[in-house]
Amino acid sequence: MSDSSFIRSEMLQPQIPPVSERGIVKWLRENLFSGWLNSILTILALVALYFALSNSLPWVLNGVWDAGSLNDCRAILAARGEDAVGACWAVLSRWNQFIYGFYPVELYWRPTLAAALLIVALAPVLYFGLRRPTTYMTGGIGLLLLLSLFGLKTDTWHIGLAAAVFGALTAVAWLLPKKLLYVTLAFPGIGFWLLWGGSAWGPVAVMIGLGLVGALALWTIPRIGMILAALLAALLFLSWFMDPISSVLDFFGMILGWVLAPETVASILRPVAGLRDLLPLQPHVSGGLQSLLPVSLEQVDSDQFGGFLLAFVIGVTAISASLPIGIVLALGRRSDMPLVKMICVGFIEFVRGVPLITMLFTASLLLQYFLPPQTNFDLILRVIILVTLFAAAYIAEVVRGGLAALPRGQYEAADALGLDYWQAQRLIILPQALKISIPGIVSSFIGLFKDTTLVALVGLADPLQGIRKIVLADTDWKGIYWEPFIFVGCIFFVVCFSMSRYSMYLEQKLKTDHR
Amino acid sequence: MANAAKMTVTDEVAIQITAMNKWYGQFHVLRDINITVNRGERIVICGPSGSGKSTLIRCINRLEEHQQGQIVVDGTELTNDLKNIDKVRSEVGMVFQHFNLFPHLTILENLTLAPIWVRKVPKKEAEETAMYFLQKVKIPEQAHKYPGQLSGGQQQRVAIARSLCMKPRIMLFDEPTSALDPEMIKEVLDTMISLAEDGMTMICVTHEMGFAQAVANRVIFMDQGQIVEQNEPKEFFNNPKSDRTKLFLSQILGH
Repeated sequence: MSDSSFIRSEMLQPQIPPVSERGIVKWLRENLFSGWLNSILTILALVALYFALSNSLPWVLNGVWDAGSLNDCRAILAARGEDAVGACWAVLSRWNQFIYGFYPVELYWRPTLAAALLIVALAPVLYFGLRRPTTYMTGGIGLLLLLSLFGLKTDTWHIGLAAAVFGALTAVAWLLPKKLLYVTLAFPGIGFWLLWGGSAWGPVAVMIGLGLVGALALWTIPRIGMILAALLAALLFLSWFMDPISSVLDFFGMILGWVLAPETVASILRPVAGLRDLLPLQPHVSGGLQSLLPVSLEQVDSDQFGGFLLAFVIGVTAISASLPIGIVLALGRRSDMPLVKMICVGFIEFVRGVPLITMLFTASLLLQYFLPPQTNFDLILRVIILVTLFAAAYIAEVVRGGLAALPRGQYEAADALGLDYWQAQRLIILPQALKISIPGIVSSFIGLFKDTTLVALVGLADPLQGIRKIVLADTDWKGIYWEPFIFVGCIFFVVCFSMSRYSMYLEQKLKTDHR
Repeated sequence: MANAAKMTVTDEVAIQITAMNKWYGQFHVLRDINITVNRGERIVICGPSGSGKSTLIRCINRLEEHQQGQIVVDGTELTNDLKNIDKVRSEVGMVFQHFNLFPHLTILENLTLAPIWVRKVPKKEAEETAMYFLQKVKIPEQAHKYPGQLSGGQQQRVAIARSLCMKPRIMLFDEPTSALDPEMIKEVLDTMISLAEDGMTMICVTHEMGFAQAVANRVIFMDQGQIVEQNEPKEFFNNPKSDRTKLFLSQILGH
């Protein structure tokens, strides 16, 4: 009987674990030598690693950096010994083409400044306006910009100006980090102006137009309902950027032309012909502002874009535009309204069913046929639009996965508290669904950024194919193979790896479930 | 035990359900439901699982749609009109079996969200109200934690406080203690009893018969989507009329 009775008289104190359960010994045992199979695999991996590196490392490290051509490189290597191997890194003297494409050399400061401002615009978004990381990012990129401008031999006067601007931005980041969001809002216009040049009032008028459309929609939705408000906003959008009046007049002219003589049609339409010059409003606004206060930069055409400049223009624009479009599509696909649901499902399934290359050919060849004859879109803009729509369809499905993963109770609790649909989505559903979708969304972004190299197929000079071919076309570098791939690959890796690390930071940051 | 003296029932009608029917596809879940709830009444609904009691109270704030009959809450009839639905929902608080707190927001943010966005209360005032109700459910020190850091009983008390922050005139409880450990059931029931003492109109779906005897002034027994018996708690427990009720009571009180 006494065996089953036990009373503890004092509680045991915790003790330090034995040596085999501590420090590096524990780590090695657990991770590399936890059993005979894993020990063999570890040794095999080390052997494989040795063979891989023993062949490639000398080639990388013995590379020739200082040569005028591939033949020079080979001569230098041959001089080092009979079987000396080495890369010809000297080809990277053409780095500027890989980065800037055919952008005029004396204007390199503009894309450089745009890139730095992009980082400043991203900082408050990526770090939710947290003071410390936002300031570090702004200040850091400011210093990097000054170094680059110095390296590009920009005027001292301009460097001083840039220093003042970024000093001010860093101060704002430290004092009022959330105010940097104004830079984010203004960046699309500023970035466009810096890259393409021309009158500063062009992008300003575009942003004014978009702002007016948005404000009109926000003001009218609670007053006259969703559908009427959307129609009104669409009408304003059309009149700001396009010329619906001329299209309507042409249409009636065509109909009348079937039954009447051309002169009669012309005389009927004459009284309203003056309306043709009325729209679109955007050039009137920008032209007017330009004549009041001329501000302009030297114009750079789209065919001078190339290399990573092109990849970033397409990638960054498509990434930032595809997320909101994808979210709207995902919500639409789960909507109770059959028409909305049908449109969203149709769009998503169509886009996912078509290869990206088809979309790019559509952009370069077909899109012009579908648009009104007066509109003349730039090829880069057309590519951006289609890449954005392509990415949006994938993002939509990723976000839908996040929405589906939320327990129904979250929707019910939001409903029971009296929140309306948009409030519930914005405050309760989307913050959680997007958090769940972060890995998928970031994968889509990384894929999208790498897919920008496919624009080579429609004749744009992407860094991998377009620019590399141009460098190879130079008789000095004809025959070089690995080095440009490795250089371009490294830059892609740095960008994509940063995105991936950021997504992990974000997941950690937003983790509130404490499981 | 509850302080019965304070719990006064008025003649004013809070909820009127008339000849209400509901189907899920072919399945007739609620059959000819007629209930009148006066302001200040505390009603307990019990019955076996699948009897439609949760569906019934979820119809009262239109989380479920009814197909026939009439539901009038505080003078507003529930129809497809979204404005009416939002109006009723902001007047009727609901507490769920699984709490349904918003895990990405702190406790304080959970409590202030609806007052700020639906009632348009200034943030500071909403926070003061939230702290008052957190005091009332006895966990003000948890205000800046996330729901995942709280125990089940604490989460359910936060959920009650979240509903109270909207200053509702009616509270619905959908099996508020079913997902809790026995130790935590009491703290939630105590909160509900003190709410009843303040004169709140309450409808509770629960199997806590002790709670029903202490605060309810009517117990409704449902089976197969219909009301089988309703009576004052004393009569209901001591002298059940229908055989179905007797069987149910013997099963849940038997152990």
